[in-house]
Amino acid sequence: MTVIFDGIASGLLLFLISVGLSVTLGLMNFVNLAHGSFAMFGGYICVILLNRHGVPFLAALPVVTLASALAGVVLERTLYRRLYGASHLDQVLFSIGLVFMSISVAHYFFGAQQQPLQLPPMLSGQFNLPGLDIGVYRLFLIVVGLLIAIALQWMIARTRFGAQLRAAVDNPRAARGLGIDVDRVFVLTFALGSALAGLGGALGVEMLGLDPEFPVKYIVYFLIVVAVGGSGNIKGSLYASLIIGICDVAGKYYVPQIGAFVIYAVMVATLIFRPQGLFGRGAAK
Amino acid sequence: MSSNLAAPPATPANGFDPGPLRNAARWHRAEYAFWVLPVLAYFVFAENLSLLSQIAIAALFCLSLDLILGYAGIVSLGHAAFFGVGAYTAGLLAKHGWGDPLLGLGAAAAIAAATGFITSFLVLRGSDLTRLMVTLGVAVMFYEAANKLTAFTGGVDGLQGVEVKPIFGVFGFDLYGKTAYWYSLIVLFIMFCLARRLVHSPFGLSLRGIRQNLTRMPAIGAPVNGRLVAAYTIGAAYAGVAGALLTQTTQFVSLDVLSFSRSAELLLILVLGGTGRLYGALIGTMVFMTAHHFLSGINPQYWQFWLGAALVLVVLFARDGIMGMLQRLHAAGRKAP
Repeated sequence: MTVIFDGIASGLLLFLISVGLSVTLGLMNFVNLAHGSFAMFGGYICVILLNRHGVPFLAALPVVTLASALAGVVLERTLYRRLYGASHLDQVLFSIGLVFMSISVAHYFFGAQQQPLQLPPMLSGQFNLPGLDIGVYRLFLIVVGLLIAIALQWMIARTRFGAQLRAAVDNPRAARGLGIDVDRVFVLTFALGSALAGLGGALGVEMLGLDPEFPVKYIVYFLIVVAVGGSGNIKGSLYASLIIGICDVAGKYYVPQIGAFVIYAVMVATLIFRPQGLFGRGAAK
Repeated sequence: MSSNLAAPPATPANGFDPGPLRNAARWHRAEYAFWVLPVLAYFVFAENLSLLSQIAIAALFCLSLDLILGYAGIVSLGHAAFFGVGAYTAGLLAKHGWGDPLLGLGAAAAIAAATGFITSFLVLRGSDLTRLMVTLGVAVMFYEAANKLTAFTGGVDGLQGVEVKPIFGVFGFDLYGKTAYWYSLIVLFIMFCLARRLVHSPFGLSLRGIRQNLTRMPAIGAPVNGRLVAAYTIGAAYAGVAGALLTQTTQFVSLDVLSFSRSAELLLILVLGGTGRLYGALIGTMVFMTAHHFLSGINPQYWQFWLGAALVLVVLFARDGIMGMLQRLHAAGRKAP
């Protein structure tokens, strides 16, 4: 039971980070491998606020989210928007370039070591039910993850902004003709994606650790979630993250020899048999 | 060397004039000059021979990616898989007593080609994005496998005890890396000539056609999938040879040969040099490795930063790389090599 619970928690953490990628990749059709850099950015901001300025953890989270969104907007305006029409290969190369730069910047300011993060007493510790050890922080992750999943799904499916976004993605020209400010929609979406990445990064410091190699270490995981879940699909990302979180934790717990092998195999198999992902919304554009 | 196409009659009945194609296949003066450079380098940089052989090996590896990306248009984020397969093949052979270098090269090429052939069917399904992820996935699976099979590959510690015999039983590998350099360089040159012949052959031309217009090529009777499978297999074999060379010249295999950053770096070198041009791969590698050697000596972290910055700039402003820039500079009165 504990394994499954931990799996769910790590799955939802994975979801928090990778749903941002799913948004930019699936909805805006941009392969942003630098997504992990945004998560790392969020993580470092959080660590700075907590350790150097003594801001409480829960108060730091909104700041982190806003800061990452802002960073996203700046980068989108200056760099990313030039590449919306470019081939996927160009986008990949470009974002790998950003990853390299972010790694060395992080090295420069923070050094190569892992960053410690002191959780508030409210969120640390665990309580025990018969047959189940529940870490409070893991429970917190699950709650936050689920709330965000519901909010996002609602936003994209129900609100006016969500409708505008879907229209802008499906046919930018027609959307412009209808008076939708496509540029603005894309900036906001990109900001949303980065904000989620930052938030996920901050929440993940406790479980994933934080060092300058973060963007490279975990990018494969984020890509797997998006690939398995189908890009641009909140529900799909959620299910995929849960599957992968549980498989990963259970795999490492029961058969450590195989390690991460299972997950990669799942990804490749999914991509071969269902290139749009398990919950994809039809053919890729 | 002057006519690389199987010479058709001078004025064929259907009015097709192969003249320009044949001219493009002819060796240009600048190319002869280019290949004098590594020979000169041997005498000028005699104390840096190990760096020079590293450059030759990386150039061969880059050439292999150029074949599949630049010519066949298959994007790959996991080309290090084949490099690693080649490296481990040669390493394991040498460790268990079959240390003949040429045998190692042949075996590495064969096994990497077989791996490439098998995985090509996975890779050829789907769009660019799917290909990126599948190649990446395959490469990380190989990495994970090599990491876990410690009894076989040595895992993180690397494969030790690789003993390579002298080439032809005569030229032993020496401490100064003289043999290693000539060996790598000659293999690179032979493989380059083969690749050059390949890309100017009808097969190579059909690959370029497939890259430029995927829907038209089947219409004029080119078996697209078969051609791509063949190109991917050949590219994998080239990468395998490069990996084997690295093993034989360093007498060691580290797990790093399969790493993601090796694939990413390779893609970067190729883009820096210019995709779709064989000399792009070579010149890109020379520039990159030299810069790497001198700049990372100053500070490895800054190096990575400038590397990223260069990549961003190339993508934004100079999409055809160094070769593209050279070509534009010499646009007047000069044909592309």
